[in-house]
Amino acid sequence: MPATRELRVRQDQVLLMVGTAKGLFLFASNPGRDQWELGGPFMPGSPIYSVARDARGGERLFASVDNPFFGTTLRMSDDLGKTWSDGTTGVIKFPEDTGLSLKRIWQIVPAGKNGTLYAGVEPSSLFVSHDRGEHWELVRGLHEHPHRAQWQPGAGGMCLHTILPHPTNADEIVVAMSTGGVYRTRDGGATWEARNVGVRAEFMPDKYPEFGQCVHKVVRHPARPDTLFLQNHWGLYRSDNGGDSWQDIANGVPSDFGFCMAIHPHDPEVVYIVPLEADMYRCTPEGKMRVYRTLDGGKHWEALTNGLPQKNAHETVLRDALCVDALNPAGVYFGTRSGKVYASPDGGASWNLVVDGLPAVQVVRAYYMGDPAKARIPRGRAAKAKPAATKRAPVRAKAAPKQASKKKAAKQAVKKSAKKGAKKATKQAMNKAAKKPAKKAAKKRVARGR
Amino acid sequence: MAIRVRIPAPLRELTQGRVWLTLDMPAGTVDDVLAELGRACPAVRDRVLTETGEVRPHVQLFVGDESIRFTGGLATAVPDGAEVSIIPAVSGG
Repeated sequence: MPATRELRVRQDQVLLMVGTAKGLFLFASNPGRDQWELGGPFMPGSPIYSVARDARGGERLFASVDNPFFGTTLRMSDDLGKTWSDGTTGVIKFPEDTGLSLKRIWQIVPAGKNGTLYAGVEPSSLFVSHDRGEHWELVRGLHEHPHRAQWQPGAGGMCLHTILPHPTNADEIVVAMSTGGVYRTRDGGATWEARNVGVRAEFMPDKYPEFGQCVHKVVRHPARPDTLFLQNHWGLYRSDNGGDSWQDIANGVPSDFGFCMAIHPHDPEVVYIVPLEADMYRCTPEGKMRVYRTLDGGKHWEALTNGLPQKNAHETVLRDALCVDALNPAGVYFGTRSGKVYASPDGGASWNLVVDGLPAVQVVRAYYMGDPAKARIPRGRAAKAKPAATKRAPVRAKAAPKQASKKKAAKQAVKKSAKKGAKKATKQAMNKAAKKPAKKAAKKRVARGR
Repeated sequence: MAIRVRIPAPLRELTQGRVWLTLDMPAGTVDDVLAELGRACPAVRDRVLTETGEVRPHVQLFVGDESIRFTGGLATAVPDGAEVSIIPAVSGG
């Protein structure tokens, strides 16, 4: 086994947890997020599909370890990665009466009161722990859902990969699975309803079924919990009613296929994605490594490329391999299947390569060790390049008036196309007209360090 | 009245580095040995068997030099004083 390099993570540092196909790596940086130290590999040889930090009641890191020989276990560390253990019982187990055995843990999420954690697993099920991961129980309400028999595995397996506990109502949780779609409970997990109205299932005879969609990731901001954003297997969507219905927001993206999605820590209208060419070619379009960001909740999307390769970059970013930290300006991070990890210390305006040559990256999560509001963020390289980078811009961009005439043109183009009855042309016209103002506005916003 | 279980290197962190676990039990079957192993060290047992009681696909169990795949699976007899080895299969990438 390889030697594991220890990493001492200190207060006032950013901890970046990177789960790969061959083990867990930890990185630590100053709040400028421009000097990274590496630790690992921990659990070498084992794929890591999910990681989390829970600092309520003491530091605890979690990693789901998918050992190819000895099965999946949840490992935890109370000393910031120096040592890892199973805890008291460690293993999430299906009860005997289900006749199922755990294949993989896809998501670990701290929630609500101190000590509560949720785990999303394969085969699609939700587990809950009320003692910081020491003991786990199956959430029977979802497990016994009448739709279960019709949920089908996607290419990655039949997995429950997204868990979004409501920030103030412990009884409300949104989950997403591939395939199956989005489900929501409002009674603490006893009953669940499919919430997929408006979300397309390209691969089904009925394109808008009640459930069965292949949802890849859903995000929401704690300050506006009824607004959700969704990256689908083909499709980008937004809901403003907690998932009751969804609207298409794929405006000006090179492809609406992709896996990952992250929401800005301080702005519920700012969302990040990495579009991929197609389900038959799951790589970045045109060989360009581009993160896309919307500043207005999906009306426009802009490419973020400063510091990212724009030639021969046929990369794949998996569903949990994009994340943000809690600092201001926000850090944005992603990892690729080719083993590269990039970090942006300024909300995506510029990017630095943290590491190249890791095993395939499957999950990244970033945590500031301390109170983010008190972090002392130095003016680093990116900040120097863009002097206003640390200045926070208002939630809504002020570029709207200048876009008005272009928007009008877009609407006219839509009208014209609609008359012809060409639905496809309508969307293309919208995108074409929307592209230029979005680009102009993007330049201004970038200059403000958004 | 004892049966010894050999622990593979990747699982020795669960046995405080011990290569051999000695189980104080009479002769029985591999199933009995794993049940006793579950009492002595549940974390090791859980890495050998799934929740449904099947040996994980990439784990091999030997009684002496014989793989239990060819001697009756979990019902294979384990005589008093025998050695049972847990061995990760040669597979993966």
